Amino acid sequence: MAATAFDEMNGTPDGAAPVRSAYESLRRWLDEKPGEFFDTRRSQAELFFRRVGITFAVYGDNETSERLIPFDIIPRVLTRSEWSFLERGLTQRVRALNAFLADIYGPQDCIKAGIVPGDLVYRNPHYRLEMKDVKVPHDVYVHIAGIDVVRVGENKFHVLEDNARTPSGVSYMLENREVMMRLFPELFSGHRVAPVEDYPDALLKTLRSVAPDGGGRDPVVALLTPGRYNSAYYEHSFLADKLGVELVEAGDLFVEDDVVFMRTTQGPTRVDVIYRRIDDDFLDPLVFRPDSALGVPGLMNAYRSGNVTLANAVGTGISDDKAVYTYMPEIVRFFTGEEPLLENVPTWRCREPGALSHVLANLPDLVVKEVNGSGGYGMLVGPHASRQEIEDFRRKLKHAPDNFIAQPTLSLSTCPTFVASGVAPRHVDLRPFVLSGAREVRIVPGGLTRVALKEGSLVVNSSQGGGTKDTWVLDS
Amino acid sequence: MRIRIAHETRYSYDKPARGVLQILRMTPRDHDGQHVVSWRVEPQPDGRLRPGEDSYGNICHAFETDEPVSALVLTVTGEVETHDMAGLVRGSLERVPDDFYLRATPLTESDDAIRGFAAAISRDCGTDTLAALHRLLVGLNERMVFDTNPTDSGTTAAEAFRMGRGVCQDLSHVFLSAARQLGIPARYVSGYFHRADGVSDQEAGHAWAEAKVPGIGWIGFDPANGISPTDAHVRVAVGLDYLAAAPIRGSRRGGGRETLDVRLRVDTPPARQQQGQGQRQG
Amino acid sequence: MLSRTADSLFWLSRYTERADFVARILDATIRLATLPQSYSGERNEWDSALESAGDVDLFRSLYGSANEDTVRDFLAFSPANPSSIRNCIETARENARSVRTALTGEMWDDLNCAWLELKNFDNGMGREEFSRFLDWVKRVVLAFDGSAYRTMLRSDAFWFTRLGSALERADNTARILDVKYNLLLPQTERPGGSLDYFQWTTILREVSALTAYHWVYRESIKPWLVADLLILNRQMPRSLANCYEILVRHLDLIADDYGRRGASQRMAAGMQSRLTAAKITEIFDGGLHEFVTDFLADNNKLGHAIAEQYLS
Repeated sequence: MAATAFDEMNGTPDGAAPVRSAYESLRRWLDEKPGEFFDTRRSQAELFFRRVGITFAVYGDNETSERLIPFDIIPRVLTRSEWSFLERGLTQRVRALNAFLADIYGPQDCIKAGIVPGDLVYRNPHYRLEMKDVKVPHDVYVHIAGIDVVRVGENKFHVLEDNARTPSGVSYMLENREVMMRLFPELFSGHRVAPVEDYPDALLKTLRSVAPDGGGRDPVVALLTPGRYNSAYYEHSFLADKLGVELVEAGDLFVEDDVVFMRTTQGPTRVDVIYRRIDDDFLDPLVFRPDSALGVPGLMNAYRSGNVTLANAVGTGISDDKAVYTYMPEIVRFFTGEEPLLENVPTWRCREPGALSHVLANLPDLVVKEVNGSGGYGMLVGPHASRQEIEDFRRKLKHAPDNFIAQPTLSLSTCPTFVASGVAPRHVDLRPFVLSGAREVRIVPGGLTRVALKEGSLVVNSSQGGGTKDTWVLDS
Repeated sequence: MRIRIAHETRYSYDKPARGVLQILRMTPRDHDGQHVVSWRVEPQPDGRLRPGEDSYGNICHAFETDEPVSALVLTVTGEVETHDMAGLVRGSLERVPDDFYLRATPLTESDDAIRGFAAAISRDCGTDTLAALHRLLVGLNERMVFDTNPTDSGTTAAEAFRMGRGVCQDLSHVFLSAARQLGIPARYVSGYFHRADGVSDQEAGHAWAEAKVPGIGWIGFDPANGISPTDAHVRVAVGLDYLAAAPIRGSRRGGGRETLDVRLRVDTPPARQQQGQGQRQG
Repeated sequence: MLSRTADSLFWLSRYTERADFVARILDATIRLATLPQSYSGERNEWDSALESAGDVDLFRSLYGSANEDTVRDFLAFSPANPSSIRNCIETARENARSVRTALTGEMWDDLNCAWLELKNFDNGMGREEFSRFLDWVKRVVLAFDGSAYRTMLRSDAFWFTRLGSALERADNTARILDVKYNLLLPQTERPGGSLDYFQWTTILREVSALTAYHWVYRESIKPWLVADLLILNRQMPRSLANCYEILVRHLDLIADDYGRRGASQRMAAGMQSRLTAAKITEIFDGGLHEFVTDFLADNNKLGHAIAEQYLS
């Protein structure tokens, strides 16, 4: 199936077609520079990442295993017109997501109208009853969305996943650009690459715009992290630094009379907006998991009273559930009155008997995903699975079909990538970051390109051996 | 029946605790089977006690103290007039769609054993929901022994079912787990139980389950007693599981070790004196 | 600034200071231990190193007797000793990691590299190698302190690091005085006794003041002058008087910046004025041991007051 993949540089992976125009000068540069040039630059890049400490912890390991996510120095390039299309599609999709959330925690029109089955919503653990009829500022639930997009052809993009809880990876987008500009200044003088450096500024504007009405007070924003043992801690401290806001842990915050304060050397300081990088379950031990030491007792009462804004809102996980995902085209139509610009990947809902029998009959060709799983653990990639793995999954699937969806194995586009043997095509996806504030949606041009470094692999997750690339949107 | 409740929960801390914050679900509402005649929640020491309502419609109080405290006492006193409705729950405040009560929670997640137990019931009873629920009630009463020793408030339905023992909370969790497995919406109820044997001092409040039967409505099932609730039951709060309906969820900073002491008295108030019965004093 | 951030800065400075102190104690003790018995005295110098730099009860529960091998292991490497050099560096780095954005890149680099290099050392090494290890520790702390001094903004973050190192340093100097006060009493002087001479120079070495002593007093070593140098001499970086000068100055900077004074400013100023007014003869009259015991208690109280006022 890799043979049919669209190659972002060459059109086809065998290089028979002429190089696509956006990549022409990049290709020349790759051809002209000697191999040692790239070797030195690659080790310089690694050194850079190690020195700034942009590492992530591997789950279950102790601290000695702070790892680097591999970085590939060949950028992934999108033309301005491709990007404009994506931008429109992403904006539409995120507007629909926010409207959907406002609806299911409000009047529930989409359930009444039969657009989304009620039980899919109510039975989902990410649907938080605590949010029902709670008014969130400006009806924005997903302030920061990471929408995973895959490309399957010259003009064909699909949304693979909507990450609406606490999407991560934006620090890589920024650091990747930083290291590229340091290592290859000459490349940037030859290309008109749209900047991404203003992301922190856009994020801060977004967060401040959704502050509760504070009677003219300048809103105080804080970033809430589970702490330094969290795998994304680097990103949390990086962003807090770039935003110029305090990086707080649960113990730094307390709630009094439904108002949130942080403990500072000058006494309690009121907090208006919390950019939280903690899952719902851990936010408030009085409401969610009682054993959570990461949360702030009383936070939900303060939130429900409208005294603090949480970004993202509580309960957004329902919209990045894979079962709800399958209804996104209908959701977009229902809430925007428009045809969806970005298509879903065609998906079978195993809860529907007809779909289930199709899926069971075609397991070796399909990707089957658990609706509440994440990170590539609870999934079956049919074409890469052993007979035993397929049979094991078949049992799981028959046992609880409601828990699964299935998709055809997509031929994700490939992009030239440095590997041991030289430069070779590897599959990539794209995670643009969409910011929704009180009045506008902001998207910096680009996003995080993740690349599956193993030959033929379609799994780009960093926890499964994926790497990253800088993503260029080229103004011609 | 007129039921009188005096419920005192006392927390003592090794060292003074600060920033005590508690969510209390300790106040019953009226429905056809019960009328709250009087009710009072009294925290000690003084603090801020703010009434509210949670997403299920339960009456909640948020209680907060700023000063360091070495002991905290919550006293609940009240009287409720109850009627035997043969387990039927009518006139209750319903804020949540029935489908919601099909959701499994970490405390009520089923395992193979509970699924097997539920499957056997389903084979016998087919689509007769009411019959299935009664079989479930009887089956649990046979399979599980009331025992306060092996479980605590964090014990899951699967763990309790494996041991075959537990308290009313555990039995209710197993009931919920199996009922939801059968596709029947079911919820946890916390409340009080008036014992018929005249023993009025109790160690803890009571808990049971309610299930939604098509065409009839919500019906109570008390697996610890093997019956449907009668006028001996006072219904206080509902939720997906114990955590959602818990009478007290609290937090504090510092305080060291905590000692919990509960005094609960559930009895019938002495009949009001009537003319001709009373003795004049003096 | 978040109280937790200030707390981490404060403690990371205390722990780096402590690592340096423990290294100096070990260094001076090894030097004393290499002398023939007739110069170094009857007393087990390793016992005394332990009393100055560690928790004796904890040591007893982990090892048998105090000798070069066991004390070296306990003070330099033991994971069970919270104040071992290894733990000091690890704890300092942990604190640094949790407040990375409050540190300059240079400070982080110094500590992170030290933490990475620390893995190369263990107690298997010989005396010479161990001495190089102690030198390495001192250099690490110097580099870190230098980075802080040269690169940090002069704001509350910097001031809290200064408070941490000054408070820790005062504690360390006082601990040495507490263990060795009997050597410094005037009546113990036996003129020309080479035995005491080496004990005194060991003390001076522990606070790196051997050269300073000669510059200041231009005399042969007299025990009461050693005490004077360590307690009252304001030019001496590790003296109690100088530590309190630093504490008062930085607490005042914080108070001015925040526009509010509190218990820690009052306490520190009180301690400083007592130290300024004191004469070494009066201290001896009142009892050196009592003076040091009271000082250690008061210094601890100031630590609590700072924690209460700013760090929690």
